[in-house]
Amino acid sequence: MATYAAPIPQVSADRAEREGQGWTSWITTTDHKRIGIMYMVTTFVFFCLGGTEALMIRLQLGAPNNTLVTPEIYNQLFTMHGTTMIFLFVVPMMAGIANYFLPLMIGARDMAFPRLNALSYWLLLAGGIVFYASLFWHPPEAGWTSYPPLSETLYSPSGGQDAWIYLIHLTGLSSLLGAINFYATIANMRARGMSWGRLPLFVWAILTYSVLLIFALPVIAAAVTMLLTDRHFGTHFFDPALGGSPLLWQNLFWFFGHPEVYIMVLPGFGIVSEILPVFARKPIFGYKAIAASTVAIAFLGFLTWAHHMFTTPIPEAILVFVMLSSFLIAVPTGVKIINWIATLWRGTIEFTTPLLFCVGFIALFLIGGISGVFLAIFPVDWQLNETYFVVAHIHFVLMGGAVLPIFAGIYYWFPKITGRMLSERLGKLSFYLMFVGILATFLIQHVMGLDGMPRRIYEYDNVGHLALYNQISTVGAFILASGVLVTIINVWRSLKVGVVAGPDPWKANTLEWFTSSPPPVNNFDVIPLVRSAEPMKDIRREVERRTSDAGAATVPAGATQVGV
Amino acid sequence: MNRIPAALGHLLPSTLAFFTPAKGASPNAKEIHTLYVITLVIALIIFFLVEGALGYALVKYRKRKGVVPAQIHGNTRLEVSWTAAAAVILLGLAILTFAKLASIQDPPNSSPDGATLGEQNNLIYASNQERLPPDRKALEITVIGRQYIWQYVYPGANEPDGLGAPYSYEEMVVPTKTTVELNIVSSDVVHSWWVPELGGKFQAVPGYHNYTWFKVEKPGVFHGQCAFLCGRGHARMIATVRAVEPAEFETWLARQKALIAEANHQAEIARAKLKTQTGAGAVENP
Repeated sequence: MATYAAPIPQVSADRAEREGQGWTSWITTTDHKRIGIMYMVTTFVFFCLGGTEALMIRLQLGAPNNTLVTPEIYNQLFTMHGTTMIFLFVVPMMAGIANYFLPLMIGARDMAFPRLNALSYWLLLAGGIVFYASLFWHPPEAGWTSYPPLSETLYSPSGGQDAWIYLIHLTGLSSLLGAINFYATIANMRARGMSWGRLPLFVWAILTYSVLLIFALPVIAAAVTMLLTDRHFGTHFFDPALGGSPLLWQNLFWFFGHPEVYIMVLPGFGIVSEILPVFARKPIFGYKAIAASTVAIAFLGFLTWAHHMFTTPIPEAILVFVMLSSFLIAVPTGVKIINWIATLWRGTIEFTTPLLFCVGFIALFLIGGISGVFLAIFPVDWQLNETYFVVAHIHFVLMGGAVLPIFAGIYYWFPKITGRMLSERLGKLSFYLMFVGILATFLIQHVMGLDGMPRRIYEYDNVGHLALYNQISTVGAFILASGVLVTIINVWRSLKVGVVAGPDPWKANTLEWFTSSPPPVNNFDVIPLVRSAEPMKDIRREVERRTSDAGAATVPAGATQVGV
Repeated sequence: MNRIPAALGHLLPSTLAFFTPAKGASPNAKEIHTLYVITLVIALIIFFLVEGALGYALVKYRKRKGVVPAQIHGNTRLEVSWTAAAAVILLGLAILTFAKLASIQDPPNSSPDGATLGEQNNLIYASNQERLPPDRKALEITVIGRQYIWQYVYPGANEPDGLGAPYSYEEMVVPTKTTVELNIVSSDVVHSWWVPELGGKFQAVPGYHNYTWFKVEKPGVFHGQCAFLCGRGHARMIATVRAVEPAEFETWLARQKALIAEANHQAEIARAKLKTQTGAGAVENP
């Protein structure tokens, strides 16, 4: 605290009710902050599980014709890895961050429906447990896309496939309830003066995330229900011999699956749009363009699903349409990237760990975006589809677009959640290890794909330099994992010995920094009037003015009811 | 260790090959390669421009004493112009793709010295999916994907129900200088046909027909493997295409026919024996 000399607004939380203690209070809680913490901890555990699966995959591929795992276990590993990272890590992690910070950022005292909020979390946990329980019997092995007929009973008789179906249902319901809750909260519970044009960009992103979930999730719910009845109740939705169609699954799955990509990265965009201006000490460049492009991406995201189906028998008119709509979506995405760089331009950049993760995000997500343009050109996709080029693409998109922003968020918001700072030294070490790890793991995978290595194969021959490329990738994966480990150690240490943060250690722009760290149960005794998109700047300015007027620096700012 | 040829071993490890897909032995693969290279050049320019701008901003605008950050909220003219620039680049890519599309999708005629395509090979039907050469003559091979092997069925059925056609597994033998049409189907789960040097990949979806083509000028062997997860044996579902001179192809096809006829004959004898010995044939051949 000693390093921050500027006057800091302080909040008294006298009107807060006392929070329950002991482990039962966590089970019965409806406090959005506690639910948020449970979300974040749970999903991070799943991140570590999914990461361990990834390391096992990389170990198996570390040498040509390796026999470390059987093809059966290998198929289970990549099915578990993909499913875990998407349904049990990225999507619910974003929900967890939003759970904690969205009400704080808009000046609300809780979510609109606190008990529904608790239900969302417990459904997520149930989904995760059902899915991981299959480890003790027979995990699913048809990939996270679970295309029938392979996922039908004839080819996947084990209950693991059913566990996968229930995971989709439970986490889907969890996300759907959460999305409705976020929407209702944003629509109804904003602080006075927080018009749509003053909504923090992270909140814009969560609003869009929620709308996407509400439109996309019912479709996947229908698809997996059809798969379930196909498997157990004698229907034939996906069985061509009896009038069904495997392509129906592909259409339904990707109608959900493509918006799902934006469900995963848009909140990441939001986090970055919050953090960059704070450490460039400069307003976000083109607030309206970033908010509008978020909405544009969400809309276009529903028109591009068939680019996952370029190699299936579909009419050429669709190929052309989807290529063009996929091109179109690159425009708002590109605009965002340039806006972020323009935000840094002529600022005074402070190289804190959260900023480094955001910069890493821009640098790496760009690679994923550009490789996406290659894949949108359907004749080129005919060569690249289903190879390691696609694996590289999705990992640059998700590592860049979701994982790095999540880590930026951890370093940025940890002081608010715990009241203690994370170590900057360990944070930077973690960033550089992860950044180098991602590049080493995935950059070379483009080349593996171009050299003809399909994805999801458990062994390969050393043709060309495939063995070398795979070794590089495997080493990279372990560097990446060590970076994650450093952050885990950092969090563990800082919980006990971290520097006390105070309410606003970064001199940030949004309302969560107005309250104490950690915030009291009711978040704010006084909810300030919002006069711009950066309310904390106004509040700090106001505090400064009043303190200099009064000539006494000892008045706690919160007591003056700033801005009301 | 050629059991699982990860498709491309033939590419010389040149710098360009490092950054591009298979150069190709068939016109469609060659054209895709060209389209890819042009896209790559544009992509690299944009990549270096954007990463360069990012790097420049980070170095130039790092926090220094006495420097006050510019409080800019945006610049409509700038924002409109880079949005337009992005759109123009992508429009250019779209036009380029359309220009290349015909040469990638439409098969050429077979060369005059290609295999003789008899009446039976004359494709008399045309669906909206299958593209025929201008003279409507091509060697049509049905590619059947099944766990975990590719089967290739050649024209030449001698029975009305389509049975008796020559076929082979895993290795497809084709004549050079001849346009080969592939009719890709699956008998169980989704597979994906892919031999990088002979063009893109196409899914074998149960209940659907998918089509592609290739034309190889010089004899050679091309490797590929199933590109869509089809179960535990997916990694071992390999495909080889051996292109030979048309005359050699005719010999191979005749030999294949003879071998199959011989095997069928042996099977018939065995069945007849079984019938007289045990009576079980009544169940087999009602």
